[in-house]
Amino acid sequence: MRVRYLAPIAVLIGLTVLFVFGLGHDPREVPSPLIGKPSPDFTLRVMGSDEPYQRSQLLGRPVLVNFFASWCAGCKVEHPLLMELSRRGVEIVGIDYKDTDAAARQWLDKHGNPYAKVIADVQGTAGLDWGVYGVPETFVLDAAGTIVYKQIGPMTEEAWITRIAPLMGAH
Amino acid sequence: MIPELGHFALLAALAVALVQVIVPVVGVVRARPRWMEVAVSGAQAQLLLIVTAYLCLTWSFITRDWSVAYVAANSHSQLPLMYRISAVWGAHEGSMLLWVLMLAGWGGAVSVFSRRLPRDVLALTLSVLGAISIGFLLFILLTSNPFDRNFPVPTDGRDLNPLLQDPGLVIHPPLLYMGYVGFSVAFAFALAALISGRMDAAWTRWTRPWTTTAWLFLTLGITLGSWWAYNELGWGGWWFWDPVENASFMPWLVGTALIHSLAVTEKRGVLKSWTLLLAILAFSLSLLGTFLVRSGVLVSVHAFATDPARGVFILGFLCTVLGVAFLLYAWRAPSLVNDAEISLISREGLLLLNNVFLIVAAAAVLIGTLYPLVVDAFELGKISVGPPYFNAVFLPLAAPLGVLVGLASVIGWKRGQRGELVRRLRWPLLIAVLTSLAMPWILHRQTQVAAIGGSLLAVWVMVATLEGIWHRLRNRDNRWRGLIQIPRGVWGMSLAHFALGVWILGVTFVSLYSVERDVRLGPGDSVELSGYTYTLIEVQGYAGPNYDADRASVEVSRDGKVVAELSPEKRRYRAQGSVMTEAAVDHTPFRDLYVALAESLEGGDWALRIYYKPMMRLVWLGGVLMALGGILAVSDRRYRLERAEQRSRVHSVEAAA
Repeated sequence: MRVRYLAPIAVLIGLTVLFVFGLGHDPREVPSPLIGKPSPDFTLRVMGSDEPYQRSQLLGRPVLVNFFASWCAGCKVEHPLLMELSRRGVEIVGIDYKDTDAAARQWLDKHGNPYAKVIADVQGTAGLDWGVYGVPETFVLDAAGTIVYKQIGPMTEEAWITRIAPLMGAH
Repeated sequence: MIPELGHFALLAALAVALVQVIVPVVGVVRARPRWMEVAVSGAQAQLLLIVTAYLCLTWSFITRDWSVAYVAANSHSQLPLMYRISAVWGAHEGSMLLWVLMLAGWGGAVSVFSRRLPRDVLALTLSVLGAISIGFLLFILLTSNPFDRNFPVPTDGRDLNPLLQDPGLVIHPPLLYMGYVGFSVAFAFALAALISGRMDAAWTRWTRPWTTTAWLFLTLGITLGSWWAYNELGWGGWWFWDPVENASFMPWLVGTALIHSLAVTEKRGVLKSWTLLLAILAFSLSLLGTFLVRSGVLVSVHAFATDPARGVFILGFLCTVLGVAFLLYAWRAPSLVNDAEISLISREGLLLLNNVFLIVAAAAVLIGTLYPLVVDAFELGKISVGPPYFNAVFLPLAAPLGVLVGLASVIGWKRGQRGELVRRLRWPLLIAVLTSLAMPWILHRQTQVAAIGGSLLAVWVMVATLEGIWHRLRNRDNRWRGLIQIPRGVWGMSLAHFALGVWILGVTFVSLYSVERDVRLGPGDSVELSGYTYTLIEVQGYAGPNYDADRASVEVSRDGKVVAELSPEKRRYRAQGSVMTEAAVDHTPFRDLYVALAESLEGGDWALRIYYKPMMRLVWLGGVLMALGGILAVSDRRYRLERAEQRSRVHSVEAAA
């Protein structure tokens, strides 16, 4: 039995380990090097217009910054929760990551729009600066614009109650 | 009573499957022909039992038997009959039943059409299929029984997912499953060859029509799925690279590679172990796709956590089947020696290259699909990988395939001659270059490098394919007679390749020259897009059987002449309260005008989305023509004349490709 003929079974074993992990896994909090640092600067435009939007507009109150995209499956998962938070008065700023305005517009039409403002990051440049490696990701910013928490993957009820809500103050 | 009958039929099918696996294998070991024969009657009895179970479930849907939990969850008293029948595969339990029905169907077909195979090969093949069936029947009976009863009986059902209430979705899953599951036949043949040690080129000859048939169903299924998404999702997109789509696309890529490597192995006796591996891989990816889609592991871990038994079961089954297959492969394949060398400048060399590109493309899709899971496993959270990755990785891998198609259809087996290659292809190349330079400008008055590149590839594939046909006629006195004498296998191959060109052309133009606009219109308002004027006449409410809808009437005119009346709708399904967009499309082969109704705004105005999509139809036409090519290829007379071994050899020389 020559070794190279065992390659398929080695791949199978690797995938199996991965799937076993995937099946019994819970999302957990991950440390981000940006936590405790000021949020990166950017100048983008509001989706569907030429109106500019800058980092300074995020200052002055705690705010959630949510990177999403119409092509993203995980965004659909967290979407009902964001809708609920927005109803409760949480300010969520959406950054539409590597997407077209039209596609995002349709997506929001279809599922509802929880965002106070939607910023278009067509090239993904802000995403790069913010250390986003996939959507959805949600950053919690305090009034001074410091990143105090980062949620990787869909926002969950649990993460909101145990970690984010206390950081956001009154909600 | 009827649901219990269905449940009982499934249990009986499981018992038959056990017999179908064990008795023939013992028969092969002890060389008892009558024991081997059990495989044939077993496969047919199993088909009968599973058809019975399937009809029982269908009957429960037709008669609105809300006491069956699955029926109550996926149907509604006002659901039209057509959708009550298709609702059988509208959710998890029923689609697994459809899966085993297809598997039993393929097994039954093999037992009928392959009677002329050596007895032990047929017995082993059917018993492998029986083993797969055992796994899926156990899965249904233990974790996803569609016949479970519901107490107390609800007064009405919760309705079929509105997304699935569309004519396209009535036939899309059966076609897709036919293709998916059809690769089990190639898998079973490969395993039978590995087990029996008879790994000469014979098994590839038996496998080819089955693989092509499975492939053509998969092609149709994917094409139809794309067409459905385009009409029903209201986004104007036709491919989204989502995990469910990828799950069907990966087996398609590997299946395509398999078709080509089977041709090489049958014709030249080389790449034997590679072809065996591909046959196993194609079905592995079908199983993997089933796992990914059915376990919910990719969409959301939380959805999965509600029923861990399902994911664990499929995963265990997947590992068992593939583990056994790969171990057999590792044990037997090293003994295979290639009879001949492969030179790159030859048809088999180029087909090998085609295989490499197809497999790497499939691997790239697999990596993109599984990446979120990897990230999750290493506790980095949950993310999804979207079109930016897939387009960037897939397109550069797919483009060389187009170049290869043109070359491989002209070059000869064994050792091709560069001179002949150049001589035969200089005209097709010239035509392709000139056409592609002119076409974007003529059609759209605007040209760009990507459009020229895409058209070049598309026209190259088409013209080179036509040259292949022309070449066969060049020395004929009577060209019409020559045309008729070309074997259907060659026609099938040429049509499928030509279709690839059609598809590339469609993809190029629709990706580069589509125009879309979100507009706000009141009754009587107009807007212009790409030379067409859209006028909103009115929006009226009406009541459908199980939904209420707003229907807009939009008039499209060009140069003052009305070219289309479009009626996009927005539907609210009563039982689930969900809102669906029904886009309206007017199409010619050269362009689609697509209007979707978004939402009502204050003052009686409506938000509409309007798209101009050039050559959209060519994308699906390409898919349909590819499948037609598959049909032509499997209807080749050499498959019908299998018994006359000598004659079939002569034809295979002509038709292998």
